[in-house]
Amino acid sequence: MFYIHCPYCGELREEEEFHPKGQAHIARPADPAACSDEEWGDYLFFRDNPRGIHHELWVHAVGCRKFFNITRHTVTYEILETYKMGEQPRFTAEHPEGRPSQDGVEQASLREGVRA
Amino acid sequence: MSNVATFDTRTEAKIPVESPLAYSYRRSGAPAPTGKSRVVLRERPFLGHLILRGGAIVLDEAVREVLGVSLPGEPQGLVQDADGERSIQWLSPDEWLVIVPGGEEFELENRLRAALGDAHFAISNASGGQTLVELEGEAARELLMKSVIYDVHPSHFPVGKGVTTVFAKTTVILRRPAEDRWELVVRRSFADYTYRWLLDAGEEYGIGVER
Repeated sequence: MFYIHCPYCGELREEEEFHPKGQAHIARPADPAACSDEEWGDYLFFRDNPRGIHHELWVHAVGCRKFFNITRHTVTYEILETYKMGEQPRFTAEHPEGRPSQDGVEQASLREGVRA
Repeated sequence: MSNVATFDTRTEAKIPVESPLAYSYRRSGAPAPTGKSRVVLRERPFLGHLILRGGAIVLDEAVREVLGVSLPGEPQGLVQDADGERSIQWLSPDEWLVIVPGGEEFELENRLRAALGDAHFAISNASGGQTLVELEGEAARELLMKSVIYDVHPSHFPVGKGVTTVFAKTTVILRRPAEDRWELVVRRSFADYTYRWLLDAGEEYGIGVER
């Protein structure tokens, strides 16, 4: 079982409350009509299956029902971070130890609900 | 003022109404509380439930003006008015649950709509879709420990907190308005299941049902 930190609820919850929704950061082509069949097929059907760090989309289905992203290691199953939609991961395949974080950004985002 | 069509779900006509647990009382019975009951179950049916959606700052202003309490801005927050009759609970960064005494919800909805004006928001009346079940007594927490996956230890679940979580094979909104009292907001269609689960799980604590 995972113990997942929901970035919107701001606390750790059991995996049972969540659903995985596949690979994260898949951008819809800006102009679908201009895509070749191969590009469109890649967008629709083909997903990465990396050994190591993987960014995934999850939803807190029982809870706040918000979508967010998880950076997870597919070998160790370790969850490196969870972050909100629209944010960029700190841990990537290029930076497995984590990019240097911007000061205060994470703390500020926890209070998103207050500012929204 | 928005041009949303609203209507009062409570009619003047004398239509017989039954609480979501009416069938369960008949089918599964309702053991009366005794001196040995360490937990008591009590349904509070026919309350007014409203779901507010929108930006926290805009809603906070309107709610302060209309209800006189502030909107819980922090996750898992639960705020009550002075006599504990009206409450607002954080459900999601842009969603709150308001529970008021039955019959007040339509007037409240209209006053909130008037106060919010042209702001971007949504108010929906969920009164018919869910009911409130209270658990009170020293064994209430033990009963919940068997039923929900969420950690209900006082250090993790202080008074004034409310979460949506998994209860047995369904989901509930679990709130703690007072030290020895817990509230479960359950869906109407799962009320019977929840009730029977609680009776079964509470048997060892001599659970009694107050009606």
